[in-house]
Amino acid sequence: MEYEVIKKPRSAGQTANMPDYRKVHETFAWADAHKLIDGLPGGKLNIAFEAVDRHVAAGHGAQIALRWIAKSGERTDFTFKDLQDRTNRFANILRSRGIKKGDKVYSLLGRVPELYIAALGTLKAGAVFCPLFSAFGPEPIQSRMEIGGANAIITSSRLYKRKLKNLRDHLPDLREVILIDAEEMDTTALAPLMQKASDAFDIEPMDPEDTALLHFTSGTTGKPKGVVHVHEAVVAHHTTGRLALDLRPGDIYWCTADPGWVTGTSYGIIAPLTNRVTMIIDEAEFDTNRWYDILEKEAVNVWYTAPTAIRMLMKAGKEATQVRTFKALRFMASVGEPLNPEAVVWGQETFGIPFHDNWWQTETGGIMIANYASMDVKPGSMGKPMPGIEAGIVEVTEDGAKELTEPLAMGELALRPGWPSMMRGYLHEQARYDKCFSNGWYLSGDLAMRDSDGYFWFVGRGNDLIKSAGHLIGPFEVESALMEHDAVAEVGVIGVPDETAGEMVKAYVALKPGHTPSDELMLDLMGHARKRLGPAVAPKEIAFRENLPKTRSGKIMRRLLKARELGLPEGDISTLESDEK
Amino acid sequence: MNKQDIETAVKAELNRIAPDIDADDIDRSENLRDEFDIDSMDFLNLVTALSKLLGLNIPEADYDQMESFDDLVGYLSKKAPA
Repeated sequence: MEYEVIKKPRSAGQTANMPDYRKVHETFAWADAHKLIDGLPGGKLNIAFEAVDRHVAAGHGAQIALRWIAKSGERTDFTFKDLQDRTNRFANILRSRGIKKGDKVYSLLGRVPELYIAALGTLKAGAVFCPLFSAFGPEPIQSRMEIGGANAIITSSRLYKRKLKNLRDHLPDLREVILIDAEEMDTTALAPLMQKASDAFDIEPMDPEDTALLHFTSGTTGKPKGVVHVHEAVVAHHTTGRLALDLRPGDIYWCTADPGWVTGTSYGIIAPLTNRVTMIIDEAEFDTNRWYDILEKEAVNVWYTAPTAIRMLMKAGKEATQVRTFKALRFMASVGEPLNPEAVVWGQETFGIPFHDNWWQTETGGIMIANYASMDVKPGSMGKPMPGIEAGIVEVTEDGAKELTEPLAMGELALRPGWPSMMRGYLHEQARYDKCFSNGWYLSGDLAMRDSDGYFWFVGRGNDLIKSAGHLIGPFEVESALMEHDAVAEVGVIGVPDETAGEMVKAYVALKPGHTPSDELMLDLMGHARKRLGPAVAPKEIAFRENLPKTRSGKIMRRLLKARELGLPEGDISTLESDEK
Repeated sequence: MNKQDIETAVKAELNRIAPDIDADDIDRSENLRDEFDIDSMDFLNLVTALSKLLGLNIPEADYDQMESFDDLVGYLSKKAPA
């Protein structure tokens, strides 16, 4: 079915931060965007200064920066001044515990205020902040802490006991475990230190190219990659927040992403605060009534969410929306995986405005391609490149990447590097980093096309990575965990389509001699995987096979498993040596 | 179906989703998703499976009445014909 273009009324363009996309895109220069941040003397800067301190200095200390809604429904407000005091205290604590500039401070927390305070306080102290998703199990946590060389971590006693305590012998660099709610052996309790610490702190002036953030992303083979972002990235966070999310000072803004993933940091901490909006933070997981209540009662102006959540709301039906009004809602955006056109249109019908899909990656640090407040929306399209971003569709051959300019030509989505939030490397993995570039293009790994109006359309992924509920999952990590089970001989992990989550992790398992498939064994494997990987990464379905399709070199052909699962043509199977049984 | 049957059914379905966690070890009055370490998708699958098994229509608008294990069993007991 063809979807009609959603035309924007002229009034949308008159009030938006970017009234005319074409004009801004033509004249945009990152040097101008740089002027929108204050910086520190001597060409230095610090993300946390732009997010917090400069607003207090400008007289906005009393504005609410963060409204936290606990699982119980109780609300706690933090003004910019509160945030300044607390992040200063946290930075002082890090200093007093011997955490130096450049050290790595991790977090393993749900969406609680301490997470936000720790993130900004860490940056203030000049240390590198690395958030971990609290639904990870011990294995993803261990590999990410090992690769990054974590020096300190802030977590809760519950998460510590469940997931971290037994790993400590494997983490020689870890000097400090800070617990937000209790004291255990060999840990530090946060609360008494916060009380004692001074609320004054001389923020660490950082070089624009100093590392600020470490985000992990999954690879198709091998270990997860530590994506390095620098303080200069704040220029892009701020500008993309302003232009792509239309954030305006004083807005009420709700980003539903967890800071354990890049969206929840770039657009759940940094961009909203640098743009001086009031952030809504909900500790609880998705719930239809709760979410609609928040949108209505908190009078949310700008809402940034994800396709899985939107599809769950669609499934819940009209009843819940009919009894509510969302008068304050001005702009809605979605990210994580392509938003299906039905959902874009559902937004228009339900809220009177469409969802604005956008596209970016952990590596790009910020929004690269987007649908904008003033621009007509083609449902199903990811939109057009951000001002300051040159995107292209390329074909990669032996001679490297070559742009395809023909409209609707399918190829790999590529970007010209050079924007401030571009990754500066994969930690300790120069070769893997180098492989991302060809002939002056950064290769995204996604397949896409561009239509004659310049709108980009997602086609598929060029690799085996799985996107489930917006989270990128590397099949290798899942396969490795299952291989540790005594009964398992070989494993192939793929993403299978799921109408709500986009994709769901499914594992194909062949057993060692002496083991027979049974429901009991399946549940045992499921439990084994969940214990190691956590619910966000573990497979939701496990199927037994006698043999998995392999190449001559013994590599399991995930692509073939997937084609068969979907009933698609099997493509080139000339390398197939040993077939599925 | 009495409350005991429903509780058995809930435990069995939870065991299919989170086999690594024993329903007898959890705090039944605490948040179910935290106790069983299940995400939103798992929770959706749990409710769908229970509604099929018990032949009940469970609207999403009621999900906030299933905060804890006890809440969930209580909700289903109220809904299920005795």
